[in-house]
Amino acid sequence: MNAQTSITARNNGSNKHIRVDLQLIADLVPAGARVLDVGCGDGMLLDYLTRNKGVDGRGIEVNRDRVAACLNQGLSVIQGDAEVDLADYPDHAFDCVVLSQTLQAVHDPKWMLEQLTRIGTRAVVSITNAGYWKNRAYFMFAGRQPFAIHRDETWFDTAYIHPCTMRDFVDLARQMDLGIERCFAVSAKGTHKEVDPDSWHASVFAIQAVFLLK
Amino acid sequence: MRLESGASLGPITVAYTTQGQLNADRSNAILICHALTGDQYVSGTHPFTAKPGWWDTMIGPGKPLDTDRYFLICANILGGCLGTTGPHEVNPATGRPWGPDFPVITVGDMVEAQRLLIDHLGIDQLFCVIGGSMGGMLVLDWAARYPERVFAAMPIATAARTSAQNIAHHEVGRQAVMADPDWCQGRYQDEGKRPHRGLAVARMGAHITYLSESALTRKFGRALQERDSISYGFDAEFQVESYLRHQGITFVDRFDANSYLYITRAMDYFDLAQEHGGVLADAFRGTPVRFGLISFTSDWMFPTYESRDLVKALNAVGANVSFVEIETDQGHDSFLLEIEAYHRTVRGFLEGAAEHRGLHRQ
Repeated sequence: MNAQTSITARNNGSNKHIRVDLQLIADLVPAGARVLDVGCGDGMLLDYLTRNKGVDGRGIEVNRDRVAACLNQGLSVIQGDAEVDLADYPDHAFDCVVLSQTLQAVHDPKWMLEQLTRIGTRAVVSITNAGYWKNRAYFMFAGRQPFAIHRDETWFDTAYIHPCTMRDFVDLARQMDLGIERCFAVSAKGTHKEVDPDSWHASVFAIQAVFLLK
Repeated sequence: MRLESGASLGPITVAYTTQGQLNADRSNAILICHALTGDQYVSGTHPFTAKPGWWDTMIGPGKPLDTDRYFLICANILGGCLGTTGPHEVNPATGRPWGPDFPVITVGDMVEAQRLLIDHLGIDQLFCVIGGSMGGMLVLDWAARYPERVFAAMPIATAARTSAQNIAHHEVGRQAVMADPDWCQGRYQDEGKRPHRGLAVARMGAHITYLSESALTRKFGRALQERDSISYGFDAEFQVESYLRHQGITFVDRFDANSYLYITRAMDYFDLAQEHGGVLADAFRGTPVRFGLISFTSDWMFPTYESRDLVKALNAVGANVSFVEIETDQGHDSFLLEIEAYHRTVRGFLEGAAEHRGLHRQ
């Protein structure tokens, strides 16, 4: 009759492998929560959360083919531009709002963080750490902007228009009075551990970081 | 039945078609709501026009509206002219066609007539209510009126209210009909006449709003019809004129002029927000319905921002909503066409909803 009864029935591809950072994000989302995945792509995380954690999930995605792919999996996704559409969501509409690897690509990251923490009781945000030691070394020795090198892009056509380091992110969160409840560093090998947001070691050796904000 | 205007109407007849099989727990029924000039013959060969039904490409085994899986119902709307009670039918009180004595109806009245049919069929909850254009308005009205009786809703190329521009287009159409001397103040059936010319002009005007500038340019451009040069006269010299005249002429053979007046009027009155204290979101507060909205980039009759307004309202009340804008240059009529991305979206949404509803493939 309703969504709850059928989740077990569609749980036929459970525990399939998902990206390391998505797995980490998924672990931070409470079971059964109402979740909004901003920039949900083809729905991998939402699908995982729906099947394995029984969440009531929604997504926003700008690419219509990806939206169609999401719908095809039974996910509820809106085609739209999160940088505009998030303004229309009411306060605390979701238990958890997820933004994965997207903050550096938005025009106004501060506005985005405000929206995520306004709409969600909690927000999970993952970033690529621009302060990763290879970036530092490349910048120092090659004398070139390093932040797009992982994406086969160059400084003038990269979507990463606002590269930020772990420290940059932590500074902004504090400036905005956002509570960093938990912070995880992801290594280049794909392992992760919980760290102090101010950890010097993490700011140099983490290739990605995942924050749980309140 | 009691109409929103306060008038009462009855007994009423509802003409409908079904396809596929209703399952044992009556949970696989899809109600298809047709548009202004559509009818209940959604697929297969139309019994009157001998052409394919208006949604023939969408319906059938293995198609998005899969007749192997779902039980499809489509009813001629109240005020229509293919069997359901409307101005064309006989008023039992007088034994003569209703004509202009037919009470003015609303989209809500059309939904109530359909609800009586669904009651009659013994279906407590429809798996999905789906429709485009005015059909989409019925879908929205169903979801707002009977949220517990609709599991999923697909309003396509529609809006929560009829815009001033669309009311304006409707009025031009109605004036064209009423300016035809054969309309006879709406009593043309009694007079043995039909306002062919007026209705054809109404259709020609409306048809332009269903297309788009780029589609007209692509299909016709400024090409001339069966001639090499302009002839300084008022024949259908341009192909686009000839096309529109053909649209007008074929339409009058299958549609009733008074029905056209009544149904466009019902659309004009449609304003879901107004019915809920001016707040659209209040129409859907607490709704359990899964919504799947679709709009088309080149639709200037029901532009994407009208669907987005609905998405906004649905988000504001935490409704379960999906939305896709399909890229096409075919205008409002896109909802009738076989556009791959569009059909894939309808199929995907329905399959997803079916899983949540527990409708498994046999």
